[in-house]
Parts: sequence; structure tokens; C-alpha cells
Amino acid sequence: MNAVAASIRLHVTLPVQYVLRIADTCLIHAQRLAEWCGHGPVLEEDIALTNMALDLLGQARALLSHVGRLEGQGLDEDRLAFLRDERQYFNLTLVEQPMRRSSAHAPGGDFADTVLRNLLLATWLKGLWTRLGASADAELAAIAGKAVKEARYHQQHAGDWVVRLGDGTAESAARLHAALERAWPYTREMFSRDAVDIAAEASGLGPARDALRDAWLTEVAVVLAEARLAVPAETAFLSTGTVGRHSEHMGFILAEMQSLQRQYPGGRW
Amino acid sequence: MSAAAARASRIDAAWAALDAVPDPEVPAVSVRDLGIVRAVLEHGDGIEVVLTPTYSGCPATEVIAESVRQALIDAGLGPVTVTHRLAPPWTTDWISAAGRARLQAYGIAPPCAAATETAAAAARPAGTIRIRPLRVVCPRCGSEQTERLSAFGSTACKALHRCLACREPFEYFKPI
Repeated sequence: MNAVAASIRLHVTLPVQYVLRIADTCLIHAQRLAEWCGHGPVLEEDIALTNMALDLLGQARALLSHVGRLEGQGLDEDRLAFLRDERQYFNLTLVEQPMRRSSAHAPGGDFADTVLRNLLLATWLKGLWTRLGASADAELAAIAGKAVKEARYHQQHAGDWVVRLGDGTAESAARLHAALERAWPYTREMFSRDAVDIAAEASGLGPARDALRDAWLTEVAVVLAEARLAVPAETAFLSTGTVGRHSEHMGFILAEMQSLQRQYPGGRW
Repeated sequence: MSAAAARASRIDAAWAALDAVPDPEVPAVSVRDLGIVRAVLEHGDGIEVVLTPTYSGCPATEVIAESVRQALIDAGLGPVTVTHRLAPPWTTDWISAAGRARLQAYGIAPPCAAATETAAAAARPAGTIRIRPLRVVCPRCGSEQTERLSAFGSTACKALHRCLACREPFEYFKPI
């Protein structure tokens, strides 16, 4: 047995945290989508979900490599992805939530959660990538210029499914409605504003999250209306993954995602 | 031969070698046809090839870089370095006319102009953001009576369609 890899410890400056929020949201969402591999309700959707996971993973890789340069210890994308402790991940809490009924550690997920979450996130990411295209950080702008095209396609595909389920049978509509009720409280975190956002906005690194809200809500509302769903009211609950305080699901995700690199440090295939 | 002419011929030889490097996932077209080779530069006695990836998560990226490096070394042009450039982002509009013809002959419908797709998306009524692919012509029989079966396909760059005239399924290279 090899020695188990020790955790790395980042110097989390405001810009590092800003980019990690995006990188980790893409990374953990990709990990959740990949759980569908071989389990999609139809073959085409199995392929779609894993293709989207691959795009998101590619975006996460580019962002993590960039974090490695910003952070200063010379950490590469693999060490950043696999060797951090939970409190140094800064993804939106929404992407940690279970979304597949038979997830080993996460009962209660549903395909409706998956398509709904894809719509909420792809719309958010599309708006974010569009704004990041004008970032003062040339590398971040370049990553965004590529990623926005991918997010646009994800949003269109997710929108198709949300309408199909929402405007489908009584059963599909009820399950989509339940998924919306589960997801919505977590959307507040997508638009909250803190010191990380303020610094990014001031330096031209990228938009503060609250600046993304109006355009996001307009686009999401259009699809929800077509799916015969009302936009839920805003909740008081504010999730905290973006400051490193995660839901109970995060530890399980990391245990699965990191186990190989922890047990076989630097392992490649 | 003058130094300038020698340099030009080395760069020409490199481009010619790149014509023979297939895309590993769509081997009907070369990396040059695909428009992912952004520049070939000479540094001293070495060659630098600048590539741009197609999709962020394209699993062929590393294979392509290695194939390019090996092809140029085999052509006697080494040492070779391969670098990546993200901006401006790759678009299917950079696929050459020859590449489009090869895709078509291979049974893959080439993409419509990305600008056309973007304009069509912008012109959609406010009530929908959903995918409405533009007219896709069957690469086998030329019919315009086709429909999409799946938004995603066997690789990140393709969707699956079928022809309602000849009843054959075919892949469509998505415009981005």
C-alpha cells in the first residue's frame, strides 16, 4: 500500500476564491452528472448528461490550472481537484445536492432534479461566462469565451427537458414541481454578494453575483412559464458552499472523487 | 537558398505534415482541415505548433498534441513544441472547404455557419430558448427532410439526426 496523499492547504486570497467558486461549481456539477453514466432514462440522455459533464470538467480543468498560477504555490489542476479538504472547496451548494434516485449516499434525487438543475445552472453559467468574456484577466476571459458556447447549448437542452416534463403528464409535472421546490432555496446563493464579489467587481476580474440575477431570472421564468410552472418566492435560507461551509452531501462526494488520488498519489492512467 | 526561403520551406513542410494528421475522433478530416492549428512558428532550429481546442472537455486534446508532435518529428522537422491558445475560441466556421467536403463524404453533415445559428437564436421569440436546429441536409441523399434524434452524439462536437426521405440516421457537426 502506498502512502496516503496529504491534503494541500491553499492561500485563499479574494481573487483565488472568486475563481475557485466557478471552478468548483463546474467540477462538482460534473461529478454529479457523471453519476448518470450508464443509468440515463434513455440512451440519448445518458450520452447528453455525460457530454455535459465532460464540458464542465474541461472548464473546471482550465479554471483550476489558472487558480494554480494565481495562488502561487505551483499547484496543478489534479492536486487542486483531488487534494483539498472540504472547507477549501467553494462551489454553490446546489451542485452538491443529490439528483439521482439511486445515488448510494443520497436517496431522494430524481431525473427531474437533474434537468431542472441543469437549466438553473447553465443559465447562471451562461450569464457569468458572458460577463467574464470582458474580464481584466486575459486567461479568464479566454476560458469564458470558449465555455459560453458550451453553456448556451446546455441551457437549450435543459430547457427542452424542463418543458417536456413540466408540460407532460401529471406525474412528470408533479415531479418537476417537487424538484423546483427542492432546488429553489439554493438559488439565493447564486446572487448573494460578499467581499469576494466586491473585490472582483472593483478590479475588473469579473461580475459580482448579484449583477447576474435579473438576466437569469428573466430567462428562467420564460422556460418555467412554458413548462407551466410558477417562479417560486425567494426564501430566507442562504446556503454557504461559496464560503466553504457545505451541506452534508459534500463529504460523500469528495470521498468518492478523491479516493484514488489519495491512495495512489499522482496516479495516472 | 536564402535564410528566409529556408524558413518558409520548413514552415511549409510543417503545414504539409499537419495535413496528414487525422482528428482521432473524426478521422475523415485532418487537424488542419478542422481549423485547430492556429500558427506554425520557427524558433531557432525548432518548430512550435499552436493549437486551439474544439471543446473545453474534448478528450482528444492530448492525443492530438502528441500526434502533431510526432508527425513533425517524423518529417524531420524536430525539435517540436506544441502549445495551446484559447482565444479567440474555436468556431466551426474555421473548418476548411476541403474539410467540409470530407465530412460530407464520410456521412457527417457539415455545420451551418455559426453566425447563422447565432442570428437564428437571437431572432427566436422571447418565449423560447430551446434548440431549433436550422435546416440540416442529409449527407447521403441530399434531402432537406431531416429531424434531430439527439442533441448530443458520439463525440462532443456532434448531434444525431435522421433523414425522413432515405430513412438513414446521420451525424451532424454542431455549429459553435
